[in-house]
Amino acid sequence: MTEHIVLRHRDIERIDQLEVYLENGGFRAFESIVRKKSPEQVIDIVKKSGLRGRGGAGFPTGVKWSFLTPDVYPRYVVANADESEPGTFKDREIMERNPFQFLEGVAICAYAAQAEVAYIYCRAEFWDLTLELDRKIEQLKEGGLLGKKLFGSDFSLEMYTHLGAGAYICGEETALLESLEGKLGQPRLRPPFPAAEGLYGKPTVVNNVETLTNLPLIIDRGVDWYRKIGTEKSTGTKVFSVSGNIELPGNYELPLGTTFRELIFEHAGGIPNGHAIKAILPAGASAPILPASDEVLDTKMDYESVPEVGSSLGSASIIVIDETVDIAWVESKITDFFEHESCGKCTPCRDGTYWMKHIFERIMDDTAQAHEIDLLHTVGIGIQGKCLCALGDFAALAVTTAVERFRPDFDLHVQGKSSKAA
Amino acid sequence: MSVTLTIDGTEVTVPEGTLLVDAAKRRGTDVPVFCYHPKMKPVGMCRVCLVEIGRPARDRATGESLLDESGDPLIQFGPNLETACTITVGQGWQVRVSSEKAIQGRKEIVEYLLTSHPLDCPICDKGGECPLQDLTMGHGSGESRFLFDDKIRLAKRYPLGELIFLDRERCIQCARCTRFQDEIVGDPVIGFYERGRRLEIVTYSDPGFDSYFSGNTTDICPVGALTTADFRFGARPWELNSAASICPHCPVGCNLTLSTRREASNAGRDVVKRVMPRQNEQVNEIWICDKGRFVHHYARSPERLTSPRVRKNGKLVKASWNEALTRAAEGLKGAASSAVGIASGRLMNEDLFNLKELMAALGGRAILVDSMAGGNLIQRYGVGVGSNLGSLGKRDAVLVIAADLHEEAPIWWLRLKQAAERGTTLIVANARATRLDDYAKHRVRYGPGEAVQAALGLLHLNGGDPELARFEGDRALKSAARAIKRARNVTIFFGQEGLNYAGTEALARACALITESKGRVGKSNNGLVAVWPRANTQGAWDMGLRPEPAGLHRALAGAVAAYIVAADPVGDDPAAAAPFEKLSTLIVQDLFLTATAELADVVLPAQAFVERAGTFTSGERRVQRLYPAVGALAGSLPDWKIVANLAHRLEVDLEDKAAPLVFERIAAAVPDYLGLSYDDLAAVEPQWPEVGGADLYFGGTAYANKQGLGVQLAPRGAGRPLKWKAPPRASAGKDLLLTPVTVLYDRGSALRHSRLLEGRIAPLQLILHPDEIERLGLSEAGEVEISWDGRSERLKFAASTDVPPGSALVPRGAGLALSDPTPVTVRRSNS
Ligand SMILES: Cc1cc2nc3c(=O)[nH]c(=O)nc-3n(C[C@H](O)[C@H](O)[C@H](O)COP(=O)(O)O)c2cc1C
Ligand code: SF4
Ligand code: SF4
Ligand code: SF4
Ligand code: FES
Repeated sequence: MTEHIVLRHRDIERIDQLEVYLENGGFRAFESIVRKKSPEQVIDIVKKSGLRGRGGAGFPTGVKWSFLTPDVYPRYVVANADESEPGTFKDREIMERNPFQFLEGVAICAYAAQAEVAYIYCRAEFWDLTLELDRKIEQLKEGGLLGKKLFGSDFSLEMYTHLGAGAYICGEETALLESLEGKLGQPRLRPPFPAAEGLYGKPTVVNNVETLTNLPLIIDRGVDWYRKIGTEKSTGTKVFSVSGNIELPGNYELPLGTTFRELIFEHAGGIPNGHAIKAILPAGASAPILPASDEVLDTKMDYESVPEVGSSLGSASIIVIDETVDIAWVESKITDFFEHESCGKCTPCRDGTYWMKHIFERIMDDTAQAHEIDLLHTVGIGIQGKCLCALGDFAALAVTTAVERFRPDFDLHVQGKSSKAA
Repeated sequence: MSVTLTIDGTEVTVPEGTLLVDAAKRRGTDVPVFCYHPKMKPVGMCRVCLVEIGRPARDRATGESLLDESGDPLIQFGPNLETACTITVGQGWQVRVSSEKAIQGRKEIVEYLLTSHPLDCPICDKGGECPLQDLTMGHGSGESRFLFDDKIRLAKRYPLGELIFLDRERCIQCARCTRFQDEIVGDPVIGFYERGRRLEIVTYSDPGFDSYFSGNTTDICPVGALTTADFRFGARPWELNSAASICPHCPVGCNLTLSTRREASNAGRDVVKRVMPRQNEQVNEIWICDKGRFVHHYARSPERLTSPRVRKNGKLVKASWNEALTRAAEGLKGAASSAVGIASGRLMNEDLFNLKELMAALGGRAILVDSMAGGNLIQRYGVGVGSNLGSLGKRDAVLVIAADLHEEAPIWWLRLKQAAERGTTLIVANARATRLDDYAKHRVRYGPGEAVQAALGLLHLNGGDPELARFEGDRALKSAARAIKRARNVTIFFGQEGLNYAGTEALARACALITESKGRVGKSNNGLVAVWPRANTQGAWDMGLRPEPAGLHRALAGAVAAYIVAADPVGDDPAAAAPFEKLSTLIVQDLFLTATAELADVVLPAQAFVERAGTFTSGERRVQRLYPAVGALAGSLPDWKIVANLAHRLEVDLEDKAAPLVFERIAAAVPDYLGLSYDDLAAVEPQWPEVGGADLYFGGTAYANKQGLGVQLAPRGAGRPLKWKAPPRASAGKDLLLTPVTVLYDRGSALRHSRLLEGRIAPLQLILHPDEIERLGLSEAGEVEISWDGRSERLKFAASTDVPPGSALVPRGAGLALSDPTPVTVRRSNS
């Protein structure tokens, strides 16, 4: 991969400056669609490009936009910059280093959705970044790229940033909307989906930062160019955030369909200290853990292939785990995380994660009874498929698959069998 | 459109859009629920209502149904269980509520809930009527897989306010309480704080949980997390007996169930332990306000009268019934046609009927103290049979004028708010902003005391007398008038705020004429409703009592004896004592030794509503029965019986044996009540949503109505033509028009003797507009002196921008002896 689409600051210096961004074709896409294309045409282009949501679910972006309830206004666009998944740190790099391409993406989305107000919902820890975005938005207004009746058309657009208050669940789109409305961040019942009834009950598009940042080049360079990158069903590039036991942690923008092996061993420098790779968390905490078998390592990282080996791509935060690491410990951390972040709205997630956390406490103390490993598994199974939002399933799947795939690591903690108990 | 599906193998047909959980309920299948409540929007939080849903499979390309080998539609079941409370039914579905998989799923949910539940059922108020307890019995496993030591420990006694207590361990985070406050009553004063298992209910208001409807949350809380201050640890549900009653505090006539228990504290006799709503979907649904729920304690006040008293040597001393009645009879006999009976709408129809008959036999008068007109017009123009605020829809309109329903009749307020949210056109006309304004499509403002002018303006624009053109008001009034014209049905609620008797008389006429202009008098959801000051003021009119338009002092002029029943005119206005002191005989019949009773020659102890059988006629003219819940306080008698006993001594024949027999006489003599019987009033029919069944989790602990829905009386119709009246002249000149405004928690004897709500009683203070405060040069704190008619009074004051220019407000019944709006001079009080 020679050229970046999203992480373009790695190719073009100072692209975070407006004049540099403009010199490099910035806002050409936005201006051209406002002047020459109907919103429907833009939606059509995005559908044809095959772009899929980078926030985790991989839902086709253009299709989502086409679900907006017709004839209901005002509408809203919300950029999901809550980036809270453990191991995910791509949106931050994009917004810090290539902010104008992201903002142009938001503008394109707003035009396609015919929304005249767009919000950028940032996680609380991004407060300095949010202040910087505010300044960039101000520059765009001064430059006539945001505001009333843009480019002589009837389309007006305002953008606002909004800081969250430190809850992982506010990355879930309906909890995000609740939070944006000033309420407690808890997911809403779906349907209705945001495209039908979103912010303040109005049709709303919620897209991830990376998804939106793809838009300017898709418009500017065309669908055919874009579709050449990636696979047939997972087009384009993906920014993979690599962390864990890895030589060169960081973000890597590669075509979808790149294998785990290529990412880990060619780009990210492999495992340090000569250790062997043991497992991979392909989507941070929010997907089943994969044993690093040859089959898994040779799996393509796209939205279809990862599920075939028993996990999912999610937001593609690849956490690499080597042979020295105890998987029970990893999962106890993940369970702590989910127990802490469960919003508490629904019973199985609220009480199930609390229960699992307490079983894990005994496991990590090496005081667990043998049957408690099975109990842990049963509790996880009981949560699955019963929750109001996906967090509960994430929490349960992480644990059940780990028990199934790495049972010996757990058994070592049973009272009497552990090394400590000797 | 209806939809047919099968639930556990039985076919059911329900209207399109019905929630699956309701469809099952209608078929008699209980799908367990915790967060779902049939009066609120589904939220799908607790996840206990899991069922299996099979949907007819369709060919993706053609959209046609696929068939199985035998030619029946192929049914496909999804991999996951689904929540029956969030899904509306579909044609041809097969739903499994009792399958192994569905039961297993619910079992798991119950087990999760129990991990963090204290299971202190043996000391929990909900124990015995607790959905969680019942479901645990039905679905739970016998043994806990969760280690007891891992249980979360939280506050067990957290006061959300002084009325409602929260047990944080017991809360299952179903949000029924917060959604009730937000969605149903529009007082979002409680909410969730934190997240996960740490999620907890907190209050945002000061005082805590500040809402007139707070008690209802304890009924719908599916566990024992919310309890009321007075019933908390008061009794176990299975020890309780119940009696049907009607709330005696306002004209809504909420149906109640009084839960009683025999107690040592009461010498082994019954005590009312709690007041609960009893379902009447046409009156109060399954709600009551906190006044109705908490004020009943006055009936057990140690200050109740337990024996008659007579004046001897200038002192009131205890006497036997015989002595007291004889003395009273002598006084009345001597006065004959110079005797006057004075009563209030606190009494039941049976009492009022007997009183009226007695006074008629003596040739004297029976006067109603409540100074508001219109009862006779309600008999002609009242709402039609079948009127139900819960059935109002988009084509209907409601006008509320000169009343603050949130304070005067909370459940009407609640139901009109909900009607407005369903699309009913709500018009609120008042000199000031009231809480119903938030839901009104049209807000009409008039000058202080000028409700009649506004009503005449509305009448004019609805085809009334051309002479009325001078009342044509501003834009808001005109568009409200158009809304009345457009609506199919129009109900008008009128009150007495800012008006004297003559004013309410003119207002009632104008409102009657507006309903007449629609040509639908007598049809359901059309007609007049008076926002009376008492629960049974309408009944009093129906029994033939009338206020004295010129005021009580006029009624007393020339009187020799007075018989005051359930009224305290001297307590209301100490300056009005003089005419009572001049009487040769003053007889007072009450629960307490009131200020008027202290002046009396004879005092007769009456019974409280919890001890009594009888009937009330509500503002919507529904005649409803009360049943005795507890034995009478020794020494007291029901009012109708005291009156009858007195009558016997005067050789007047009145029914003295039983309330139903008095009612028989009413049914033979009072026009609109002809032929009615207690049996008619006790008739019931099935209501939706079903409450109080075996599955308390569906509706909450409100009681099912097995004792009677009452009978709504038909209005007689227009009859002879009615003429509008010009508004009485009232000019405050340079003075401010001091307007008493009704507050729910006033200083009335019921509230004073109940204790529980003491902290919420409206303080006596003058409420002034900030501009007025500035004009008068008042400092921030301190007092003002008001004077009128040669009297003066010092009061605290408070500021509110809702006070209309040229006026000042004072809570009615808070201690200032003013019942009519009165021009007063306000000045800074020195010192
Ligand atoms: C528990 C949970 C957390 C999530 N967190 C994020 C997040 O931090 N950022 C994000 O973009 N999407 C997150 N999502 C996904 C969003 O709900 C939503 O699908 C996404 O913003 C849609 O944008 P896309 O279509 O561009 O991916 C989360 C989802 C869940 C269930
Ligand atoms: S699954 Fe967890 S995070 Fe999602 S709604 Fe339920 S409790 Fe909240
Ligand atoms: S207090 Fe009761 S009604 Fe409120 S959330 Fe808790 S369990 Fe539900
Ligand atoms: S609304 Fe009126 S009748 Fe109903 S409970 Fe309250 S005071 Fe009683
Ligand atoms: S989720 Fe259906 S009753 Fe709670």
